[in-house]
Parts: sequence; structure tokens; C-alpha cells
Amino acid sequence: MSSLNADDVVRRLGDKVVVDGVTLTLRPGETIGLLGPNGSGKSTLLRLLAGVLAPTSGVVTLDGRPLAEVGRRATARRVATVEQHADTQTELTVRDVVALGRIPYRRAWTPPTTADAEAVTEALARTGLADRSGQSWHTLSGGERQRTQIARALAQQPRELLLDEPTNHLDIQHQLDLLELISGLPVTTVIALHDLNLAAMYCDRLLVLREGRAVTEGTPAEVLTPALVEQVYGVRTEVTHDPGHPVIRFLRPSTRDGSPLERSVRNDASTAP
Amino acid sequence: MSFRSLLLTGGGLAALLVSIAVAVTIGPADISTGDVWASVAAHLGFGESGLAPLRDGIVWNLRMPRTLLAAVCGAGLAVCGAVMQSLLRNPLADPFVLGVSSGASTGAVAVVVLGVGGGAVSLSAGAFLGALLSFALVLLLSHTLGAGTDRVVLSGVAAMQLFSALTSFTVLTSADAETTRGVLFWLLGSLTGADWGQVLLCTAVLAVVLVVCLGYARTLDAFSFGDDAAAGLGVRVTRTRLILLCATALLTAALVSCAGAIGFVGLVLPHATRALTGSGHARLLPVTALTGAVFLVWVDTLARTVLDPQEVPVGVVTSLIGVPAFVVVLYRGRRRT
Repeated sequence: MSSLNADDVVRRLGDKVVVDGVTLTLRPGETIGLLGPNGSGKSTLLRLLAGVLAPTSGVVTLDGRPLAEVGRRATARRVATVEQHADTQTELTVRDVVALGRIPYRRAWTPPTTADAEAVTEALARTGLADRSGQSWHTLSGGERQRTQIARALAQQPRELLLDEPTNHLDIQHQLDLLELISGLPVTTVIALHDLNLAAMYCDRLLVLREGRAVTEGTPAEVLTPALVEQVYGVRTEVTHDPGHPVIRFLRPSTRDGSPLERSVRNDASTAP
Repeated sequence: MSFRSLLLTGGGLAALLVSIAVAVTIGPADISTGDVWASVAAHLGFGESGLAPLRDGIVWNLRMPRTLLAAVCGAGLAVCGAVMQSLLRNPLADPFVLGVSSGASTGAVAVVVLGVGGGAVSLSAGAFLGALLSFALVLLLSHTLGAGTDRVVLSGVAAMQLFSALTSFTVLTSADAETTRGVLFWLLGSLTGADWGQVLLCTAVLAVVLVVCLGYARTLDAFSFGDDAAAGLGVRVTRTRLILLCATALLTAALVSCAGAIGFVGLVLPHATRALTGSGHARLLPVTALTGAVFLVWVDTLARTVLDPQEVPVGVVTSLIGVPAFVVVLYRGRRRT
């Protein structure tokens, strides 16, 4: 059984092909990591999955129906998105922001219902923001802002949650906090990440993109090999296998002109007694 | 509706009724307060006023429509400003940001100075057509440049400059001193010459546009984190923006064609009102309509009495009073955060 599917989706922007024939099937409850360097098409793929962008060719389906047919509002009740950086000039409290998540459920000329209020309260509790609900958005730290956006997404009561590098501007403690929170949510999650180790720790499955194409797909242990990381990111790594997930250690880049090992050899020599 | 909304809306409505009732009693003609109210009551079907027809006419055909037009213009401009600011995510947006007022000026000048339409077209009708023409140009331009709020604003600025230049050129090359003075007065915004026809027209357009905007209140909330966030919440961004831009442009065009470009109300009243209501549009829009209405009723009363028997264009007074008030609002906002 599958919920949200991308079938051979292509998105062009002018002459450039940003996403080039990617197929992705989400299995209920799993966490999928999207990896790839900047400009590899991660964000665009997420926007295609959310239905915010329409594919140039190919189709994204929700329970077998194309998103265009499902409609924007109905899609927003199923699929919620958290962007890497959200900001506003409007004066809003944490609760106001979370309540935005109820917009796909609300009707014109009608005040929010008790179901709306309950969903907001529950989302605040789930993200540990219950005692912050009256605080102004502008006084929140980066981590708290992302937490609030996740609460807003939860207020949409989605079954699929899409996150675009949600930990980008956070320090390591808040990155771990946030990923811990996300991985504990009862939803199917697609999350674009930069940090390979965090991806290895928190994702069930990884899809690696390069120049808009899917390079490989599989469990972290299958995907994160030195050869693949070098091919996709152009950096050298050592990969060891902790129980449960691989651990990636980056090696210093080779010198511009020479062989990849020259530098580490020299380093070894200099530290030798 | 929450208690706070009820209190704000009810209080605003009461303030507006009191303001109108007091403002109609003020004016150069020496008519007692009791006589004014008796005359108004008589026209509303309560008893006889016993006032001479001339004095009765001053109350019912001069002061009353003027006061009501002030209220409708204030309400409409404030609502348009609030919607534009949220829709374009720009705190400097106002009803005139899309060049509507400049287009209206060019239309009015074309009729008054150049005699376009050969006398069959009134100044108001010319202004209305000019406003719609300018708005159509902005839509076309921003569509060509690629949608996006900054493109819309830039197109508006371009149209505004173009039409201002056309207006200035026409006035400077073709108008005599007398006409120039008349046109200038209108350009600055003035409620002189308000009649019942204008009041009814503007009220009808205001009612329709307000209902439409209230229907989109929660959708406007969705824009607070930008277009993509709104789309993620199920909003059809392009369609919504087009509908709301057209609705506010229509209302602005109607108001400007009757009263000229009364500045400042649409820019500042929404900001001041947000301090009372918060930024949720379901509460903001009706309350800002009321604060805008009350504000303009009093400003116009001042404009027609302060230099009696001379009259100051109401647009000049809105700015003279509004700017210090705005600074106070901003200053208090700064201390709060």
C-alpha cells in the first residue's frame, strides 16, 4: 500500500531540468531522507510532492489520484510542509502560527470550531510548546521557530509530512532535538537533509539526488558508501558501521594539483616522532 | 465570535454612530443641534422638523451626504489598505500602491482640462475609468514580469509614475489657473460636493467588497509566511491574489472617483488597528473599517471648519494629523517588543 507517490516526475525551469525523472513511493510510517548537494533538486522534489509546484511531466499521486484532481485544500489536509526557513513581518503568537494549520479545514465567513481549537492545543502539546502558546513568534529562537512550524504542520493533521532541511540554521543540540521529535511522530515523513550522519541516524530509507536525477535509493547502510558519497558530493569519507546505522567520517580534501593521499601522508609525517 | 471581537466591533459601531450624529451638527450655517437632529429624524420618517426648506437642505443634502461619504471612504480605504498590506506582504502598501489613484487623476484631468467625452462624461466617471485603466496596466505588467509580490509592487510604482507624469503634463500645458486650482484640490482628496448618489454608489461597492474580503479572511492569514506557505495550506495563490486585487481596486476606484486620493488613511489605520485587534483578518477587517470611518468623519469635520470659511483639502489634514499619531503608534509598538 502506498500513500504519496511521485511517478517519473520532471520539472523544468526555463532550459534547466531541476528534477529529472524521479520516482518515489512512500510506505506508511517510514522516514525517508532526501540527500544531495545544493541544487540537486531536493527542495523542488518536495514542492512537487506537496503539490505547490506542478510537474512538467510525470505525476504525483495521493492514494492513487493525481494531486491536480485531489485539489489544493484536500491535499493540504493530508500533506503538510515545513520549509527550511520561515519568517513573517506580521505580529503573531505561537498559537496564532499553529492555528494557521487549520486553514485547509476552515470555511469562509465562519469562526474556528472546537475541533480546530483541539487540534491546535494537541499540536502544541505534542511539540512541547503548550506553555509558550501566548509568546510572540518574533521572540522565539531558531529552534523554537522550527518547532512551532512543525506544530503548525501537525495542526493540519497530515498523514504525510515533508520537511526541507528543517535543521539548517540550528545548533547541534537543537538539530538532534528536532529530529528526535520528528522521528517520533506518527506520520510518513520525507526530510531533506545535509548532514549525512543525521540522515543515517534518523531515516529508514534514503533517496540520493544529483543534478535532478535519483542516483540511488535504499537503507542508510546500503546507500552511504565512500564510493557513493565521493560520486555525489565529491568528498572522501571513511564509513564505519555502528550497530543500527553507518557513521561517516570526512577526510580532508586532496590538494588541488595532486594525488588524493599526498596531504594526509604529509600530515602523518609531521606528527611522527 | 469572541467577546473581544464583539466588544471591538460593537464599540466601533457605537463610536461611528455618535461621530456621525455629532459631525452633522457642526458647520458654518447657524443651525441648532436640536434642529439638525429633528431634520434628520424627519427624513428618516420620525415626525416633522419644522425647519425652513433651505436650512433643511443644508442638513440633509449637504452635511449628511458629506459626513456619510467621509465614513464610507474612511472604511473603504482602511479595508483596502489592510488587504493590500497582507496580500503583498508589504507594510508600506496602501490602496494606491497599484497606481489606481494616479490613473484616476489622469482620467479626471482628461475630462476637466482636455474636455474628453465632450461634457457627457463627469469628472467622477472619467476618474473611475482612468483608475481601472491604470489597474489593468499594472496587472498586465506584473503578469508579463512574472507574478510575485515584488513584481506587482514594482509594476504599481511604474504605473503611478507614468500617470502622474501624464497628469502633470496635461495640467501644466493645457489648464488655466482656475481649473488648475480645482483639479489640485481634487487631487489632494476632498469631500466637497458629496451627494447622495455618491454615498449610495460607494456604500454598495464597499458592502460587496467587504463581504468578499471577509470571506477570504482566513486565506489572508495564510499569506503571513509567504506565497509558498499559503500554497502549502491549500490556498490557490494566484487566483486568490487576482480576486482580492480586483476587489480592492474596484472599491478604491469608486472612492477615488468621488473624493480624490485621500492619502494616509489606507496606509496607517490598518497598522494602528492591528495594535487593537491582533493580525487575524476576521477581526481586523471589520474593526479597521470602523476605525477608518470614525477617523475620516472627524478629519473631514476639522478640514471644513478649521479655516472657516476657507476649506482645507481633507487629504492634507489626514496627513497633518495622521503622521504624529502614526509616530506615537510606532513608538509604543517599539517599546512593547
